[in-house]
Amino acid sequence: MLGQFDFNVIERSWVYLFREGMTFTLTLTALAMTGGIVFGTLLAMMRLSSIKPLAWVAGVYVNLMRSIPLVLVIFWFYFLVPYIGAYIIGSSQPIKVGAFYSSVITFTLFEAAYYCEIMRAGIQSVSRGQVSAGYALGLDYWQVMGKVILPQAFRNMIPILLTQTIVLFQDTSLVYVLSITDFLGAASKVAQRDGRLVEMYLFAALVYFVICFGGSLLVKQLQKKVAIVR
Amino acid sequence: MSMIEIKDVSKWYGSFQVLTDCTTSVEKGEVIVVCGPSGSGKSTLIKVVNALEPFQKGDIVVDGTHVNDPKTNLPKLRARVGMVFQNFELFPHLTITENLTLGQIKVLGRSKDEAVVRGLKYLDRVGLIEQKDKHPGQLSGGQQQRVAIARALSMDPICMLFDEPTSALDPEMVNEVLDVMVGLAKEGMTMMCVTHEMGFARKVANRVIFMDKGFIVEDATKEDFFGTPRSERAQQFLAKILHH
Repeated sequence: MLGQFDFNVIERSWVYLFREGMTFTLTLTALAMTGGIVFGTLLAMMRLSSIKPLAWVAGVYVNLMRSIPLVLVIFWFYFLVPYIGAYIIGSSQPIKVGAFYSSVITFTLFEAAYYCEIMRAGIQSVSRGQVSAGYALGLDYWQVMGKVILPQAFRNMIPILLTQTIVLFQDTSLVYVLSITDFLGAASKVAQRDGRLVEMYLFAALVYFVICFGGSLLVKQLQKKVAIVR
Repeated sequence: MSMIEIKDVSKWYGSFQVLTDCTTSVEKGEVIVVCGPSGSGKSTLIKVVNALEPFQKGDIVVDGTHVNDPKTNLPKLRARVGMVFQNFELFPHLTITENLTLGQIKVLGRSKDEAVVRGLKYLDRVGLIEQKDKHPGQLSGGQQQRVAIARALSMDPICMLFDEPTSALDPEMVNEVLDVMVGLAKEGMTMMCVTHEMGFARKVANRVIFMDKGFIVEDATKEDFFGTPRSERAQQFLAKILHH
């Protein structure tokens, strides 16, 4: 059966797949992870804030994002962001955002909802006494957060944050709906050009599997190393 | 003027009243021991002094600063009041030196070099200078509590609050912490200590405050308190903790 397959298509195209596609996928993953963790941490601080309206807004945001399929969010942002941007700067024409920036913004905002819940658990894992000790020294809220709570929360949560990033790495393949050439998009283009769908999709699946599974093994190793001595 | 002035302070958690019309004061250089059964509000009483816990009624003045005044800069006030916790609460992700310097650098604006010199001076004083590069988790409970005292001292506090500083310690480590506290008391540090260590109270306390159910039941010199406690509740309490 395998005899009908032409695996040479991979040999012919892998340089393109990785140079174009994988570069994009990794760039998007890295940007969305960084933005998502920063924004997600802010959301987590809002959700845990004693200022009720802040907690409420963050709660609504997180629940909304977590209840909508990512594909829909990608679509909506792609179509809406140009108009919202135009509205903000007062332009009569929709502004050009482009598929790349649109997807970076979308993934950052979407993943932030998930990173938020992780960071919230992380912040809550640090004892109340640590907060009191920080305040008792005369630190203000931002100093207690930045110097005492978040470093510990972050350290406690690194394994889960990285696991979420592996999920994000897979999710980025959904940008195919915007016809962007990420890794899967590149594989798809080659597959359709050469009529080799099975081979290319098998290969793409294998690459995703190797990276994600390898990644999760590394996370396990790291987990043992970062545990704080108590 | 007293160092700490507590006037008719009441505090509620929801509908539960933890402090009822508490009034007392601490003069400069005085050592006050606060004791009482668990749930009597004694920890709460010292936590309202540096506003770690809010209170709803009454007034507290620390060195001329009204704690409940919305205009009061709380971080600034807290920086001048040293506090030592039952569970040490050193920052586990920082080294001992970083624990000692964080507040000095961030709050008092000292340079890193100056903060290190000061921090290590107090670390040496509590006898732990050789531990300066370790993390808190590598130290015993007694050592951690001594570092916590050094951390509070390196902020040059005008007074010190101790919240059951030896309650979480193994028995053999209690004395190393008490020794540091006795030393501080003898140097004239103003101290408010929640503790059940009556030996410590007898040795250095000027006054003993006995609390029960959120009330200050007794506020007496240590001679009066240990000699002739007036309230029945205090007599019972003393009988229980002194007879074994």
